[in-house]
Amino acid sequence: MSSSRAAESLLALNQQEELEDLPREYPLSTSEDEGDSDGERKHQKLLEAISSLDGKNRRKLAERSEASLKVSEFNASSEGSGEKLVLSDLLEPVKTSSSLAAVKKQLNRVKSKKTVELPLHREEIERIHREVAFNKTSQVLSKWDPVVQKNRQAEQLVFPLSKQQSVFAPIEHVVSGWKARTPLEQEIFNLLHKNKQPVTDPLLTPMEKASLKAMSLEEVKMRRAELQRARALQSYYAARARREKKIKSKKYHKLLKKGKAKQALKEFEKLRKVNPAAALEELEKLEKARMMERMSLKHQNSGKWAKSKAIMAKYDLEARQAMQEQLARNKELMQKIQVASESAEEEGVAEEEGEPFVPDMVNEVQVKASGPNPWMFRNHSSDTKEAEVQGDPEELAEPAAQEAPESEEEGPVVAEEILLKEFEERRSLRQKSGLKQITKPVGSQETKDPSSQGVLSELRALSQKLNRENHQSRKQELSSTRTVLAVQREEPAGEEEEPLLLQRPERARTLDELEELGKEGCFQNKELPRAAVEGQQWERNPSNHLSVPKEKKRKEQMIDLQNLLTTKSPSMKSLAVPTTEELEDEEERDQRQMIKEAFAGDDVIRDFLKEKREAVEASKPKDVDLTLPGWGEWGGVGLKPSAKKRHRFLIKAPEGPPRKDGNLPNVILSEKRNIRAAAHQVRMLPYPFTHHQQFERTIQTPIGSTWNTQRAFQKLTMPKVVTKPGHIIKPIKAEDVGYRSSSRSDLSVVQRNPKRLSIRHKKQLKKNSVD
Amino acid sequence: MIQAHEGFVRGICTRFCGTSFFTVGDDKTVKQWKMDGPSFGEEEEPLHTILGKTVYTGIDHHWKEAVFATCGQQVDIWDEQRSSPICSMTWGFDSISSVKFNPVETFLLGSCASDRNIVLYDMRQATPLKKVILDMRTNTICWNPMEAFIFTAANEDYNLYTFDMRALDTPVMVHMDHVSAVLDVDYSPTGKDFVSASFDKSIRIFPVDKSRSREVYHTKRMQHVICVKWTSDSKYIMCGSDEMNIRLWKANASEKLGVLTSREKAATDYNQRLKEKFQHHPHIKRISRHRHLPKSIYSQIQEQRVMKEARRRKELNRIKHSKPGSVQRVSEKKKRVVAVVK
Repeated sequence: MSSSRAAESLLALNQQEELEDLPREYPLSTSEDEGDSDGERKHQKLLEAISSLDGKNRRKLAERSEASLKVSEFNASSEGSGEKLVLSDLLEPVKTSSSLAAVKKQLNRVKSKKTVELPLHREEIERIHREVAFNKTSQVLSKWDPVVQKNRQAEQLVFPLSKQQSVFAPIEHVVSGWKARTPLEQEIFNLLHKNKQPVTDPLLTPMEKASLKAMSLEEVKMRRAELQRARALQSYYAARARREKKIKSKKYHKLLKKGKAKQALKEFEKLRKVNPAAALEELEKLEKARMMERMSLKHQNSGKWAKSKAIMAKYDLEARQAMQEQLARNKELMQKIQVASESAEEEGVAEEEGEPFVPDMVNEVQVKASGPNPWMFRNHSSDTKEAEVQGDPEELAEPAAQEAPESEEEGPVVAEEILLKEFEERRSLRQKSGLKQITKPVGSQETKDPSSQGVLSELRALSQKLNRENHQSRKQELSSTRTVLAVQREEPAGEEEEPLLLQRPERARTLDELEELGKEGCFQNKELPRAAVEGQQWERNPSNHLSVPKEKKRKEQMIDLQNLLTTKSPSMKSLAVPTTEELEDEEERDQRQMIKEAFAGDDVIRDFLKEKREAVEASKPKDVDLTLPGWGEWGGVGLKPSAKKRHRFLIKAPEGPPRKDGNLPNVILSEKRNIRAAAHQVRMLPYPFTHHQQFERTIQTPIGSTWNTQRAFQKLTMPKVVTKPGHIIKPIKAEDVGYRSSSRSDLSVVQRNPKRLSIRHKKQLKKNSVD
Repeated sequence: MIQAHEGFVRGICTRFCGTSFFTVGDDKTVKQWKMDGPSFGEEEEPLHTILGKTVYTGIDHHWKEAVFATCGQQVDIWDEQRSSPICSMTWGFDSISSVKFNPVETFLLGSCASDRNIVLYDMRQATPLKKVILDMRTNTICWNPMEAFIFTAANEDYNLYTFDMRALDTPVMVHMDHVSAVLDVDYSPTGKDFVSASFDKSIRIFPVDKSRSREVYHTKRMQHVICVKWTSDSKYIMCGSDEMNIRLWKANASEKLGVLTSREKAATDYNQRLKEKFQHHPHIKRISRHRHLPKSIYSQIQEQRVMKEARRRKELNRIKHSKPGSVQRVSEKKKRVVAVVK
């Protein structure tokens, strides 16, 4: 309501203004009849009367129009003169709100509205557009920054970046797209068709197809099942064989062999009944085995095993039996097989004939020996001899000496046996001495004739050492020391040997160690080590007189060496911290120089000469020593490679070029910088490196396969960019690096905003057409 | 021999799919041709012919869509299906010599005009973006196919300039080795190298991040090289020269072609690595850098070295003999950029 009213009042005002203006310019207007002032006044009064009826609004209006009223006092127009009475005003109820408030508001609104500024210059607008567009674009581009950075720093880039799935297309599809066009091609195709050679589709001739179908399904299935079963069986048997082969038990194998032998015998019996010819063949086989046996030394107690058993045979019944068993087997194998009854006679004759060839000795031996082994018999006999000899300790040395050369001629086995015998003797001796407590005389007696005994003992010791393995011997020695120590406590007589024993370098072990090792040795037969000890003692005793001074010397030498080492060590240490010492030296030198300068400058020349000499020495090329201590000879502390070896592996440095300052006594010309080498050296630190050490390190690290594992080599020599010939490398795509590419195509975007474009485009087109 | 255009053929480009190609010529037409030869007994004819209003000097095809751009007095973007451009953009009134689409962000274009400037456009917003004015005219540009915002401009002042399009006021790298105007440039598909063709009758291969070339190719008979292209498998380079020959070069001259056994491959890799390791050693460096050059190029290089040294000396002297701070040294990179217009 109010708005409509306001509009009406505004309209009324406008009309009034018109009315005011019109009379001024055109006083004779047809529209207004009452032109005179009297009429107007009357009208005014009426209006006033009416306005008095209405409240403050009219008054306000009067106020507002006061200015104009004053100005135009004589004018016909007066305040509120334009106001027309509208019927609606009268009809409406009296209201507090005035219609002019709305008008005022509207006026204000009109006033607040500013004039539109002049539009910008076209170029300016374009510039702004460009800037906005550029910012937008660079934002879009900045998403590529990490990708670009990554690719630049990548160790290896393999192109094409996106792996294309190779599509398998059957050849028919590939071929089908192609047709013969030229006459030549058509001719070729005609030829092919004539021979019913399939060009495209099946690729197989009917014949080939038929041959492919030849085997039926059932057949294939059966065959497959058969094969499967065979394979399963084979694997089962293989597994079983492997399992059985793994069994280590000797008993099991023995039983197995026996079982097999029995089986063979049975079969042989069977064969003899069924098929004599085959049996004969079997026999021949046996004969062959016999021949083989005769040729070989397999069962003649000469193998490694047999030797080891021979040592044990003295003490171990089982070992003895085993040896005899072997020999029995030998004999068994060597026996001629009695074939049929006809040949038996001949055999018997042959045996009779053969008997005279056999020497008497063998027969005797066989008679005497409990087993079939003549060697074993000999052993026994010597044992018995020993037993006889044992009674007399004084006569012991000489028979042993007589025996020794013999035994050595006979071979190592016999030598061992002799040694064993000797142990036995020692043992008996010890036992005796233990009973009688007369060790001293024994020692003195043994040392009586060292000339012959010494040689012998050395020989024995050597053979002994050869026989024993290293650790074993050590154990024995240890145990011997132990026993000796024990003996020491018990017997004052043993005191003579003690210092010597302790002097030996091997003895320089802690007691704890000894104990430990002793524990280990506990399970050993107590008798044997004792014997060994005896032997050693015996062995040592002769050398007691002869080589005591030698040993002492050696000991001294050792001590000397150690001393040397210890004396050397501080100097080594000094080398390890050279800087401080050098500094000190320099300081000292400086001081000395100061003092010299202070007192007298007479030694300067000598110093200079010395310095020069040092410089010359330092610049001389050094010999290269390539000897490897311990290579091809014994090594260890205190051992030096032989002079011959050193001479052989010493590479003498060639004589360097003559010094430039050779003839200039007062000058030192440093020749440290090698011009020839400098031509090959890097002069400046290359760009990415910040310190020369970095660069040196990179040059030092080898990359070849000689110095690296295969894996590392491959990694080190990896090329930076890998491309494949013939593979198209497409430009990088957003999808390749995991970005979402814009779904809208560029074309659609261009077509979607045609407004601005079209205007510019039209302009362009116009221009073009004008041109 | 087909009469495709009347007058010169100014530009040629293939469609991204490789089935057809476009040519523009002095006869104000754009023609699309089939890549396959005409079938037996057929006449070779263009698929489409568009009659334009101005002479077109260059053409390039969009990398993904059926859109191409031509340049002449303005840059026009065409839809293949329409006979009028869907949008044309211009900035200034000079003839534009070449236009190139960005292969990665495919809505971007770069063009170079004869008033020494390089202008970048955005096809989507249908507006130019920025303009950089160099010392001398740029003949053509090429975008890096692996780095969306990097492009290289082949300039008349014997140099090539690699720009980051977001910061045009300083080139990322100035590549100098040519002794005459550089006429064409093309990136290897790996984005690690580019090849440039020059008026000095040689082509050179530059690593993107090095200012000196790693390789120079020339033959006695090869004249001014007009255009050069790197093949898509990055193994070969093709160049066309004034004496009307196209030459095919290996991109890596010492590479063995054909199938390599694994041992052979390992050996070459190892050798390559060794060369790389000892590249700073004087003799290795000398061997690896040594290239035989024709006498003309060689003497030109010497001459230009002398000139450059003289300029440098003069600049130093000027600095030395003027009030400290009054003469500033301008880096070689910034020297060439006259202005960047927004």
